[in-house]
This record gives sequence, C-alpha cells and structure tokens, in this order.
Amino acid sequence: MIDKEVQDLEAAVEQIWDIATTRFGLDPFPVRFEIVPASVMYEVGSYALPGRYSHWTFGKAYHRMKMMYDFGLSKIYEVVINSNPSYAFLLETNSPTQNKMVIAHVLGHIDFFKNNVYFSKTNRRMVDEAALHSRRMSEYEFKYGRKVVEEFLDAVLSIEEHIDPNFFIRKHADDDQSKGEKKSNKPEGRYDDLLSHEELEQRIETADQSDERKHKPSIEAPEKDLVYFIMRNSPSLEPWQRDVMSMLHEEMEYFIPQLQTKIMNEGWASIWHSRIMREMDLPTSDHLEFAELHAGVVSPHKGQLNPYYLGYKIFEDIEKRWDNPTEEQRKLFDRKGSEGREKMFEVRELDNDISFLRNYLTEELCDELDLFVYQLVDDEEWTVTEKKWERVRDQLTANMTNFGFPYIEVVDGDYDGNRELYLMHRYEGVELDMKYARKTLEYVYKLWGRDVHLETQVDEEPLVMHYDGQEHDEE
Amino acid sequence: MSVQRNDWSLQRKGQIDQDRHKERVRDAIKKNLGSIVSNESIILSDGKRVVKVPIRSLDEYKFRFDYRKKKHVGTGGGNTKVGDVVGREGQPGQGPGQGQGAGDQPGQEYYEAEVDIDEIARLIFEDLHLPYLEEKANHAVPSKTTKFTEIRRSGILANLDKRRSILENIKRQARETGEAQIGPFKKDDLRYKTWEEQMTYESNAVVIAMMDVSGSMGEFKKYIARSFYFWMVRFLKTKYDNVKIVFISHHTEAKEVTEEQFFTQGESGGTVVSSAYRLALEIIGGRFPAKDWNIYPFHFSDGDNYYSDNDEAVKLADELISTCNLFGYGEIGEEGASSYRRSSGALLSIFKDRLKSQNRFVGVRIDDKEDVYPALKDFFGKRGDQA
Repeated sequence: MIDKEVQDLEAAVEQIWDIATTRFGLDPFPVRFEIVPASVMYEVGSYALPGRYSHWTFGKAYHRMKMMYDFGLSKIYEVVINSNPSYAFLLETNSPTQNKMVIAHVLGHIDFFKNNVYFSKTNRRMVDEAALHSRRMSEYEFKYGRKVVEEFLDAVLSIEEHIDPNFFIRKHADDDQSKGEKKSNKPEGRYDDLLSHEELEQRIETADQSDERKHKPSIEAPEKDLVYFIMRNSPSLEPWQRDVMSMLHEEMEYFIPQLQTKIMNEGWASIWHSRIMREMDLPTSDHLEFAELHAGVVSPHKGQLNPYYLGYKIFEDIEKRWDNPTEEQRKLFDRKGSEGREKMFEVRELDNDISFLRNYLTEELCDELDLFVYQLVDDEEWTVTEKKWERVRDQLTANMTNFGFPYIEVVDGDYDGNRELYLMHRYEGVELDMKYARKTLEYVYKLWGRDVHLETQVDEEPLVMHYDGQEHDEE
Repeated sequence: MSVQRNDWSLQRKGQIDQDRHKERVRDAIKKNLGSIVSNESIILSDGKRVVKVPIRSLDEYKFRFDYRKKKHVGTGGGNTKVGDVVGREGQPGQGPGQGQGAGDQPGQEYYEAEVDIDEIARLIFEDLHLPYLEEKANHAVPSKTTKFTEIRRSGILANLDKRRSILENIKRQARETGEAQIGPFKKDDLRYKTWEEQMTYESNAVVIAMMDVSGSMGEFKKYIARSFYFWMVRFLKTKYDNVKIVFISHHTEAKEVTEEQFFTQGESGGTVVSSAYRLALEIIGGRFPAKDWNIYPFHFSDGDNYYSDNDEAVKLADELISTCNLFGYGEIGEEGASSYRRSSGALLSIFKDRLKSQNRFVGVRIDDKEDVYPALKDFFGKRGDQA
C-alpha cells in the first residue's frame, strides 16, 4: 500500500518533470522528494534548513507552527531547499492531487533557484554546510557551555540581517587583494619559501607597527555589514565567537536571495503549477480539488499582501502584454508580439522583487488588485491614505528595501579614539522602534565589548543613543 | 529524481529546541515572578488552569521600524477609497495585524507564554512556609501519605522494578549458564515495588484573613489585597492539609464571610480597624484556642483608620499578637505613590511605633503591583532565626 503510494508519486514526478522541462522549458536542478510526517515538516519549516544548529528561537517557531497545524489553523504542504540536487519535503497527509500540485510548484521554485541571477552565488551545498556548522556549534556548546553559546547566539541573531547582500563581490575582491599582496615580481624558484634579507627587515618593521595598527579597524568605515565588521574588528571576541559569527554570516548570505525574491519566486512557482496541472489530464473530481487548492494559494488576503497572488498576477500580466502589445508599445519599444513566454523567462532570470515591482507593476494591475497605502491616523485608526498607483508602488518597494529592515551602518569603529563603535541609522522617514533599538544595542555591546552608539532621528531631530554596558543614554 | 519515505520517528530536533524555549520561558517566569504574581489574567482566571502571561525577555530584539509610524501596503476587496478605515489600533486580529512585506512582521508587542497556574504556584511557593509553626500535640490531625517501601515477587506491572528484575535475571543466568549476562526473562526474575500507607501528623493552623472593604479602598487597593490573598489561599491549600482559613471583611463593622464573598464584595463606609481585630479575637477564643492551634492573622487595609480608633486598634493588635504565631499587616498605598508620600496618621507607622512585641509582627507597605510578591515573601518566607 505504502509502496504503491510511493510508486504512484514517482510516476507523477516523471510526468510533471516531463511537462515542465520539455513542454514549458523550465530548467530545474534534479530533485529528491521526501514524504515526511507533520513533525518533520514543521521542523524543516522552522529551521529553514534541515540539520541546522540548535537555538531556542527555532524551537519557539517550531512550537508555534506545529500548534497552528494541530489546531487546523494553517498547513504547510511543502518545503523546498535551494541546493543541487534540491530537496523537497511533502507532507505525508497530502492527497495525491495535492502532491501533484505541490511537485509542480516545487519545480517552479527550483527552476527559479537555478536560473535567477541573485541566486547565482548561493552555496548549492548549503545543507552539508549547515550540518557542519551545527556540529561545530555543538562542539562549542560542549566546550564553553550551552548557556554561554546560547547567549552569544542571541546577540548575533539580533543583527544577523545586517550584512551586505552583495557580499560575494567583496569576497572576490578581498581574495584578489590578498593574492596581489603576496605576489612579487621575482621569478619563482625552489627557495622562494625562504625570506630574503629585505623581506625579513620588512617583517620586523611591520611587527613593530602592528601594535599601532591593531588599534585601527582593518575594514574601512562606513560599513553596511555589521556582522562582518564586528567579527573582524571587535576588541573583545574570542576566536570561537568570531567563528560563530562567520557561520551565521554564511547562512544569512544563503538566505538573502530568498528574502529578495519572495514575491517573484512564489509567483513563478504558482504560474507553473497551474499550467502544468492543466496539462495533466486530471479526472474531473481531481480537477475540482486542484482548482480549490489553487484558488486558496493565489487569493488576495484582504488588508494584507499575499506574495503568491501578487507575483502570479504580475507574471500573467507580463505575458499578456508582451504577447499582445498595443500599437504604441509596438512602435515605441519595438515589441513584435507573441514574446510573452520569452519575456517571462527573462524577468525570472534578471529581476528581484524590487525591480520586478518597479518595472512591471502597472496602473491597471494596481487597480485590479485594489492596492492601497494605509497608516495609523491619530493613533487609533488604520486608514487608507493613498490610492495613486505610483505612490503605492513606491511605498511597496520602499518597504522592501534592505529586506524591510532599517539601513544601519558602522561609521566609526574607533570612535572617540577609544575603540567605541558608532552606528548610523540612515533615516528615511520612518523612526526606529526605540524599545527594540535599546535592547538590540545591548546585544551589540555584548559583541563589541566597549561603548556603542547609534545615531538616528526622532521627530525629525537627530538623536544619538549610547549604551555603556550599564545604562542607556540618549541625547 | 526520486521519491522517498524514510523513518523519521527518532527525529527530535524541533522537540529538543522547543524544550530549550520552554526552559527560557520558565527562567523568565522565575525572574518576573514579581509582575506575574499580580497579573490580572491569573488573579481573575476563574479557575482556568492555563493563563497567558506577557514575558518580555523572550522577544527576539532586532533593529526594526516603529510599526505604528510606518506606511503599509495592502490589498482591498475592490473599490477601496482614500479615507477608508481598514483596522483599529488595539484590536488584535482585526485589520492589519500582520503585514506581509518582507521582514516587517509587526508581531505582538511582547511574547505571551501560556503557563500553567500550578507551575507558577510551584515556583512561588518554593520558599514559602508558615513561620513559627509549633507542635500542638493535642489536636494533631493525621494525614495519609503513601511510600514505596518493599520489593515483592508479585505485584502489578506498572510497579515493576526494572533494575532489580534485571539483576535477578543476571543472577539466574549466572547460576544456570555460568555467565553473568542478561538472558530471556522468566516470571521468577520479576520484582515489584509495593507501597505502604503512612500516617503523618501535622499541627493545626488557622489563618485569619482580614480585609478592609471601606469606601477608601479603591479598585487598585482592593485588587492588591485580593491578589495577595489569592496566592495565600492557594499556597495554604497546596502546602498544608489542615489549615483552616477564616475570612473577615470590615469597614466600620466586621463580619465573617465566605471565601467567595470575601473575594467579590464591594466597598462602602468608613474604617474602624479594631472591629475586625475584636471579631478575630472572639473567633479565636470561641473556636481556635491558642493551646491547640497555630494562629496567623493577616490584615490588609489602606491604613486610613478612624482617628479615635487607633488606640483601640493597637491595644487589640497587641492582644492578637500575644495569642498568635505571627501577625501580618499590609498597608496599601495609592497606585504608584512612593513611600515618602504616605500620610503620617497611617496605621503602619503607628503599629511600628507602638506595638509591644515587634518580633511577631510583620508590616509591609505596598504601593505597586510588583510589591505583592515581596509581601508574600515577607510574611511566609524563610526567616533568619529559622533554619
């Protein structure tokens, strides 16, 4: 019975793969599907990667998700991991039709992972890497104590999103630079590993200076990557703590493209699950089940923004507009018509959510989706304040900038000549949650080990927050 | 491409980290007992076993925007116009509770943990006991406890002693095969634990809970007195089998009331504290003679006693103290008022000045909800002169 189920699913995977690749031209990594019970499903869902390190925040997320499932409030049908080969987890209680739709949806995601340019630098063996991290982390727990590691993780996690999303560019630049330093013009010879007289002198000299140099941060400010800056320059961290920071940095690098393309990724997967399912010759009853499921996934959530729905609608609109351009578009942009499919694939390759919305969210779509801007008025009513489509679009993209987090930079790692850390919030009209900022500053202090400062704005006036390990001060 | 179904039954990672989280919650509760003790959701829980308690230290702090000062984007059902109200502040679950923008989940203001009241009670009562409890042999009342004391060859399977059974098995294998190792079990190997009922004797104690319900006892003061007594009653009932509790409420007159009346009655009238003490003394004299009972009178008031009654109150309080193990008096101030603003005529300072036997008197001042827990500890906590 159970084997039969697996066999049926294998046959379905074959069929769906075939439709996706030959009929529609999707290009996913090979996938390993695994049927799992709810407890495992929610585990993978809450850790975002299987086998990741342990922390109570994952346990908290797990508990919440599992409870929602147990009470029948929400359900995850699948989790898919960006790796090569990819892993996809199917909930064991899924019906055959649900599974088919989920498999089609998953192939859409994996095609996106493989071909979208923002994913081009992600580590496709991140599952292995995360397992290694987890092992190292538990070694540290063993060596330094669980509480110690946990508390340190609390601190790092508080700023984990503040990394440079284009970190890979610098990584290469750093590598090149260090290579450049090592290279000399001398011909290679067998005694190259010995130092010449001049080199020896030089080394002694630099050793003399190194005390002085230590005082200067090795990375130039301003620096957006707080994690990296603190990891490299903190006056107080132990080697194992720097290692923990580097592991978390690496995991965040891996997750960032997913944060950057949520709407596109879900839209893309939804487009393809619907088209593939249409090609599948389902019996009527299954088709009804599918239609219901699909409607549930890509439906507007009133008052909120459903990324599946938004992405789905925009991709559909792109296809329509490039298939049947207006006279004006033909003339102005040289669109020939019937290029819809091609255009969709171009967009999935080159855009992220911000450029996707900026380039392809049209006035007609804004009207159709009934998008609006709302805000709190007089501290009591959430009121619609804007319906003009350009403003709505701009607000939407503004809210996504820096993944929705405040943009904070290190501007000085040797503030006051005293190795204090000076952070700057690049204020763009929205104030920080002050209570959270104070608490987070305490975490930053824990990482830096000396006084920390954060400059921001409140009521359009600059405000500098200080924390010295004992108390907060603001001026 | 492959489809697999593996055995995940041993997978416990999520469970284990969930336990880590629970542990954090417990720690946080311990640290926040002060505010939890007087949390409305507990005091007004109406016998519910699980309550939600806000625990601030479990937030995952990050630099984030002030959700209430930010503009959000939403989808409407069509025809939404500028000026439409999509939600109201302070009504969770309505309108924009959860924005879906990348990473800007506003979430709750704080993490609400679901905690079992018994769990909290256990933490609170850990160090509490009735102070100066004395043997009153005459009226010692037996109470039953069960103890596992014996090992037998027959019994119920639930009481199987696994360790001893394995040992017996190894011994038998050694006898039969010459090798001391575990083999197949026979009925002879099994050993069961059995229990005995033991009588323990506890001293009788009576707690006299007195509360001022006069007109000056406003919402806040009443609440404080009730949360103290809520925990006191709970504490006495969990820790002691034979503690009787007498409830007295008073304004200008005192009367004995039921537990329910005590916790729900409204307020009116002036304050004559001595009336309560006189009634307490009468009750002690009639029903709880001091030679047979440990006696603990507690009194909560705002200290705003009718002026000419103060002498009488002090006199009767002294009399109470002479018959009882400990007399506790809690004086509740205005919400948020600090001690220097207390009125000079208040009862607490009079008691502190004029009571003869101060060592069996505990007086505390409560100005804030957070003071309830310390008050509990002052009354029932460990004392220096007691181990």
